[in-house]
Amino acid sequence: MTALDLSPAPAPAPPAKRIVRHGLIEARLLIRNAEQLLLALVIPLAILVAGRFASASIGSLELLGPSVLALAVWSSAFTSVAISTAFERRYGVLERLATTPLGKPGLIAGKALAVIMIMFGQLVILAGAALGLGWRPRFTALSAVLAVILVILAAATFVCLALLLAGRLRAETTLGLANLIYVVLVIGGALIIPLERYPAVLRPVIEVLPTAALGEGLRAAANGQLLGWPVLVLLAWLLAAGLAAWKGFRWTS
Amino acid sequence: MPSPDSAVRVDDLVVRFGSRTVLDGLALGAKTGALTAVLGPNGAGKTTLIRCCTGLIRPSEGTARVLGLPAGSRMLAGRIGLMPQSAGSWSGIRAIELLRYLAGLYANPLPVPALIERLGLTDCAKTPYRRLSGGQQQAVNLAGALVGRPELVFLDEPTAGMDPHARRATWLLLRELRANGVTMLLTTHAMDEAEALADQVFIVDGGRVAISGTVRQLTKSGESLESVFLTHTRARAAS
Repeated sequence: MTALDLSPAPAPAPPAKRIVRHGLIEARLLIRNAEQLLLALVIPLAILVAGRFASASIGSLELLGPSVLALAVWSSAFTSVAISTAFERRYGVLERLATTPLGKPGLIAGKALAVIMIMFGQLVILAGAALGLGWRPRFTALSAVLAVILVILAAATFVCLALLLAGRLRAETTLGLANLIYVVLVIGGALIIPLERYPAVLRPVIEVLPTAALGEGLRAAANGQLLGWPVLVLLAWLLAAGLAAWKGFRWTS
Repeated sequence: MPSPDSAVRVDDLVVRFGSRTVLDGLALGAKTGALTAVLGPNGAGKTTLIRCCTGLIRPSEGTARVLGLPAGSRMLAGRIGLMPQSAGSWSGIRAIELLRYLAGLYANPLPVPALIERLGLTDCAKTPYRRLSGGQQQAVNLAGALVGRPELVFLDEPTAGMDPHARRATWLLLRELRANGVTMLLTTHAMDEAEALADQVFIVDGGRVAISGTVRQLTKSGESLESVFLTHTRARAAS
């Protein structure tokens, strides 16, 4: 048996290494979860294929391409993070991590890194599939930059909302509620359905939702147009959700 | 009154959850380099005490200092190890993955293969955490608490669910840790565990210390430690 030197020698690894380690382990665990993969890839791909072969009823690829990218951001940054964090809290993972050198800021940064890695993979696969099916986006250099900014703001907002949910509610409640909110906003949040198709009376409410800001902003950007209001809506949501998550998050259940 | 060389020192600690008072003026100290056992019935406040010491719960009143710093201070990160009572792990992660991940958060971690071998986990190192037996999960949790080579370790019922062989192996490991200068504070229901390991015992009931001393001091009248425990604590209805 190999002898262990059990004498104390505590020292944290460099911050960047800690965050990368955490990001990699979370991304690996998320990829292994079949239910999350269904949300992340299978449903968006199914929508794209449906759009290719039934564009009259589902919508053209010109609209579905950016819409499906928005859907991918929504599922990975909100639903996956809410469910995984709720169970981390329930299983005591967060309690254990609180005493490690990772700490609260490292945990949040690591989670953000995991979401970025997963989203990057999703966006590459889904954009590739959409292009393969005939999507021909008309991004300009400026609208592409705006699209990237929108994705970053939306992902950060969704992660904060997910942490708020997971940090306050029981794991089972979070699981049910995160899936419910996912479906409700996919249908009613102008994420994949353009805002103009909703009844006029509902539009003022829907357009201040973060999902609408992302969906509308990406659809416009993919068409070479620049919309300013989605950036403002997402900034307001990010500020509110960030503060609420910071104040309201509980490490233990 | 806790001595100045306490690695852990809590004074007049009060924690309330709504109208329920969980800690009610708790005061104790864990001496540097010693193994301190906190005994108490379910609901006595043992886990809440550890959560206050690791900064997860902010007390309503009183103070908690750990290694000379306020509990929860970022300066403590990595200097303390925690073996939580609940799983403390993702359910789908393999034992070796969890320990490699935790080791990666530290600059001088224990070598993971040797730690796995020491805790008898070699055969189940690649088994997902949720498929491990209760005792194996406890062993992984203990390894997770030790992998960063901490100065101080909090162990919340460390041998619950272990078979007698695993318990004895764990006791041996805890004694080795103490011989190497690691301070430990453990909670337990097992009187034999406290008798076998503890330098100092605090019996806690209703969120405050009912009686404390060395095992020899507590049992000097010829009573067993269990008898002392039963005399100084109240039974609670099973919930």
